[in-house]
Amino acid sequence: MNLAYRDIRHNLGRFLLTCVGLGLLLGVVLAMIGIYRGLVVDALTIARAPAADLWVVEANTRGPFAEASRIPGEMRDAIARIAGVAEAGSLTYQTVETVFRGSKLRLFVIGYKLAYPGGPLEIAEGRGLARNHFEMVADQSTGLVRGDRVQLGRNTFEVVGLTRHQVNSGGDPAVYISLPDAQKLQFDLAPPAARVQIARGTGNTGTNTVNAVVARLQANVSPDSVAETVRRWKHFSAITQDGQEAILLRSLVDRARRQIGLFTSLLLVVSAVIIALIIYTMTMEKLKQIATLKLIGAPDRTIIAMIVQQALALGLIGFAIGAMLILNIKDFFPRRVVLEPDNVVILGAIVFVVCLVSSGLGVRAALKIDPATALGG
Amino acid sequence: MESATETSPLVRLRHISKHFGEGETRVDALRDVSLDVCPGEIVALLGPSGSGKTTLLNVIGCIINPSTGSMELDGERVVDNGRWLRSNLRQLRLDKIGFIFQFHNLIPFLDATENVALVLQLAGADAVSARRRAIELLDYLEVGHRKASMPAKLSGGEAQRVAIARALANRPRIILADEPTAALDSKRAGIVMDLLRKVAVEQDAAIIAVTHDEKIFDRFDRIFSLRDGMLDDVDIDTEPGEAV
Repeated sequence: MNLAYRDIRHNLGRFLLTCVGLGLLLGVVLAMIGIYRGLVVDALTIARAPAADLWVVEANTRGPFAEASRIPGEMRDAIARIAGVAEAGSLTYQTVETVFRGSKLRLFVIGYKLAYPGGPLEIAEGRGLARNHFEMVADQSTGLVRGDRVQLGRNTFEVVGLTRHQVNSGGDPAVYISLPDAQKLQFDLAPPAARVQIARGTGNTGTNTVNAVVARLQANVSPDSVAETVRRWKHFSAITQDGQEAILLRSLVDRARRQIGLFTSLLLVVSAVIIALIIYTMTMEKLKQIATLKLIGAPDRTIIAMIVQQALALGLIGFAIGAMLILNIKDFFPRRVVLEPDNVVILGAIVFVVCLVSSGLGVRAALKIDPATALGG
Repeated sequence: MESATETSPLVRLRHISKHFGEGETRVDALRDVSLDVCPGEIVALLGPSGSGKTTLLNVIGCIINPSTGSMELDGERVVDNGRWLRSNLRQLRLDKIGFIFQFHNLIPFLDATENVALVLQLAGADAVSARRRAIELLDYLEVGHRKASMPAKLSGGEAQRVAIARALANRPRIILADEPTAALDSKRAGIVMDLLRKVAVEQDAAIIAVTHDEKIFDRFDRIFSLRDGMLDDVDIDTEPGEAV
């Protein structure tokens, strides 16, 4: 006879309500994990978009994401000619805030040279850039649709295609425009400022500057050996794709990772305390019944099993409620929430252990109950 | 007090003493108590609060050990000179002793049948046979029509009959009752005592009940009073209130 099941059935409403409360808490834990994973995935998505093996950036910088980097645009040709490099592309990155249909719109603008590496890997809707000017491929999370026209700087761009899940580590959706348009947007001075510079004799210094050059290598060529070749030029730094991803994770999202990790740990501790208190309270409410069970001859294992099974049922149902809740609402979060099966399994295992440990308090209380308390006196 | 009977007693206590604490805080709950209760007998324990009734019930129920003395239950010597001779006392209780409580102490999340069947399953019976025997017992105690009811839905008398069924489930030959009729009115108290008499006679069991319920004194074969831990036989024909 399963006493845990029968006790739960007897107080089903209260038990389920407790599970829902715990489920909400565990849902928040899952959401925090998902937000962190989303942060990492978002950060890596932009870095992985060019499908590059090597990043060439300004010397002594860890650009273009972790630090500012500016190098001459013509370096693309020099990089492309290095032995082992299959192709190279120039890239610019900048964050722009504009107004679209009366609303503020923050965009992470990526400029790339058409037909060279750096453009979006996949177009979800529409087409990629076909012209060198005034076309834009935007991420769906911008809310833009094909045919929309967006003012960036002094120019208006028409959305010709849409990508999916292309946002930077700050959550700003990415848009792709041609390199010349991006360079104008980033480096061209406003007309009054340009006139002042021309009057001072410093104008027209040229805008063929990029933030990074990415290179794809030929098969069986080591990125490290090509990187070493580039580094010999002294005025450039070369970072492999793995290195770039490591910089992103260590520099850009590390603090957020630790922040979320600490918060998640605190939530898990709170969950453990709450589970322990719930189980302890459930046990204390049954003191007389446990004393009676002991008196009529129930062995300790029967009483321990009842408490532990209730704790595990509480954790399991609470976890299932939390997981279902988050899986159903994760798309409504402003930032991407990425929940991989391994995250869910690991948290499930943690909740299982937490329930086991938390039930120890209730078990200890139950084992200390004197069967004599079942009798009056 | 030793009963002068030829039948072998189911409960035999010899010079049982029990004290709690030491030195200035020492309390002598039982002093040199000897008692025999034979099969078919219903015995009452009376006494004011703190006289040692519950302590004596706890000793006989193998819940606490006496400080000195010896005890035999159903022919088995279980205590000698204040020390247990058995290690698994819960199994001993499960096999030999049935308990009836003042407020029935039914498990509230089990229905009447499950409350009785639980004891049988704890003793090793399978679920089907435990359930069958539980229903038989409930029928025997004329509460079979409430076999699927939860304890909260039972009247006081019905709940106490289910509790008696639970106490009888493993066919124990010793039944300990703690104020079995205190929560019942006269009529229901009489019904419960009739049932206990029926059990004592038909199952050849010894029943020891702690009670303050004067209206049922005439239902006992012998009445003992406890005062300051000492057991006195009470003449069944005298007014118990005078004797205590």
